[in-house]
Amino acid sequence: MTSPTDLKYTESHEWIRKDDDDVLVIGITAHAAESLSDLVFLDLPEAGDSVTAGEGFGEIESVKAVSDLKSPVDGEVVAVNDALPDNLGAINSDPYGEGWMIKVRATSSIENLMDSEAYDKSVADA
Amino acid sequence: MTSTDSHVGQDDHNVAVARTAFARADYPGAADAEHQGPVTIFDISVPGRRAVRPPPLQVPAVDANSVLPAGSVRKERADLPEVGELDAMRHYTRLSTLNFSIANAFYPLGSCTMKYNPLINERVAGIEGQANLHPMQPDDECQGMLELCWRTQQVLIEISGLDDVSIHPAAGAHGELTALMCMRAALDDRGDQHKMVILIPDSAHGTNPASCTMAGFSTRELKSNKSGRVDMDDLATKIGDGKDIAGLMITNPSTLGLFEPNIKVICEKIHEAGGFVYMDGANMNAIVGKARPGDFGVDVMHYNLHKTFSQPHGGGGPGAGPIAVRETLAPYLPVPKIERRDAKDGENGNDDGHWFDTIWSSPKSIGRTRGFMTNAGVMVRSYTYIRANGSDGLKAVAENAVINANYLRARLRDVFRVWIDEPCMHEFVATAKGLPNDIKATDIAKRLIDYGIHPPTIYFPLIVPEALMIEPTETESKETLDHFVEVMKALRAEIDSDPQTVKTAPHTRSIGRPDEVAAVKNPRVTA
Repeated sequence: MTSPTDLKYTESHEWIRKDDDDVLVIGITAHAAESLSDLVFLDLPEAGDSVTAGEGFGEIESVKAVSDLKSPVDGEVVAVNDALPDNLGAINSDPYGEGWMIKVRATSSIENLMDSEAYDKSVADA
Repeated sequence: MTSTDSHVGQDDHNVAVARTAFARADYPGAADAEHQGPVTIFDISVPGRRAVRPPPLQVPAVDANSVLPAGSVRKERADLPEVGELDAMRHYTRLSTLNFSIANAFYPLGSCTMKYNPLINERVAGIEGQANLHPMQPDDECQGMLELCWRTQQVLIEISGLDDVSIHPAAGAHGELTALMCMRAALDDRGDQHKMVILIPDSAHGTNPASCTMAGFSTRELKSNKSGRVDMDDLATKIGDGKDIAGLMITNPSTLGLFEPNIKVICEKIHEAGGFVYMDGANMNAIVGKARPGDFGVDVMHYNLHKTFSQPHGGGGPGAGPIAVRETLAPYLPVPKIERRDAKDGENGNDDGHWFDTIWSSPKSIGRTRGFMTNAGVMVRSYTYIRANGSDGLKAVAENAVINANYLRARLRDVFRVWIDEPCMHEFVATAKGLPNDIKATDIAKRLIDYGIHPPTIYFPLIVPEALMIEPTETESKETLDHFVEVMKALRAEIDSDPQTVKTAPHTRSIGRPDEVAAVKNPRVTA
């Protein structure tokens, strides 16, 4: 599986896209969505909430397991994909598009995160 | 079966194994239309039919409305099933055949220790004086039960290598919560209110972080290294300056079935930070009688009596999750406690002249954590099991559990990939990742049902993709383990030759694959 090359990635399978200078769009990768399989529940923060790098910003539940969604950066949530909880299929069908989860105004860098090549390698090695 | 066997020979063999599995009827009701009939007893109800016709009243009838408070008499008839005794008998007997238990066939459900529960446990639990006790019976009328509970506590203290035990917790997760509440009380007592963080490895049971949250702690995840053990660098990073560290919850052996070789150092580092080490005792079956958690640095642990000490489980209980603690935590254990003393004049003590009291005065106790002191029937069965085995027998339990798991691991490693293929404890984790034809762990689990075998635990631990967690337990014979290997080989061959059959399994049971998404999203909790 090849992940989009214009995104950054975490070890915990979140993707990050730079929307404009400060705002980052965050979702989970196709690999994560496929591993979770059928999704049944999603808990996202609200706009205005703060997030911390490495700590949970929400929870996602599938028929297999409940997983934390981990924030790749420190910052403030500026937008949430409100359509998602009622349309969890979008995370499976279009993880990098309609499946986006939150937008964050970051106060920390994303330079240390993985590029697509490194992420794909880490998934293949697992 | 050797690698030189022809392909045709392999197929014939697989068919033979499959036929044997079906023909054995390990699971009554297999592929039997008769067992797929009406679902509920209401479906066979016929108005006016009765199992019992009581004789006519011999006293004057009384109008219920004249003697009961207003509003307490129902206005409509209760919609109860109306069936003959034989129909009721057949209905429930049929339902019982749809059930699966260790008494049916092999049940390698990892982390759950589905060992056989010896019948002597039931015999002893059924003794009238034990079975018919009331939980509110005064102490002087239940000295035997108090002594049995006290003796069970002593054994659990000895096996843990710790100083005291509480038999209050009704299950493992209840034990976790009770222990965390004791830890909180101890931290508060010494002025460490700011210690709020519990470290938890990423391979932990989901109950660990849930219990922390319920007890008011926050959690911080520890990474596993490539060999499935705690990453020591990550541990140092996550402890940091240690100021906010309240403790660590660790499962040893881990959920990967691996002993943690650094456990002593890990405990020392937590102690240096001023925290307590909690051990999830779910996997005690691998080390009972062989290694004592208190000796390797653990401060508090729970037992799952329904796993290690043989209670029937899997249907929702009752279980018991006693906790053992070091003396630093003992003052905070729940009340009431059982204490032994010399019998006074006039007291009919036991053969040793002892008397057993339930004690409520314990000023630092976290209090009462359940309605009554313990699940007494569970204590009776576990005490029976412990005494029937003796200390040598319990060591043999651990040894055989570990040997059986390693035997299966060695025989299955060429059939399915073992995630960390090194000597394991009582269980090991294989993976369905990378199998051809898009076969997933769930497909293997469902297909095993057709072969009359209970599926292993799947999709846990979370750090292994497509996990198949296999725990044979010590009570299975080599023949049963060999049969399981043959079935797994047959199933592996099917994945290549007939993946559609595997993907759509089970084919031989009263239902196929329920819609798990709908079941979670729109649960129907009433009939």
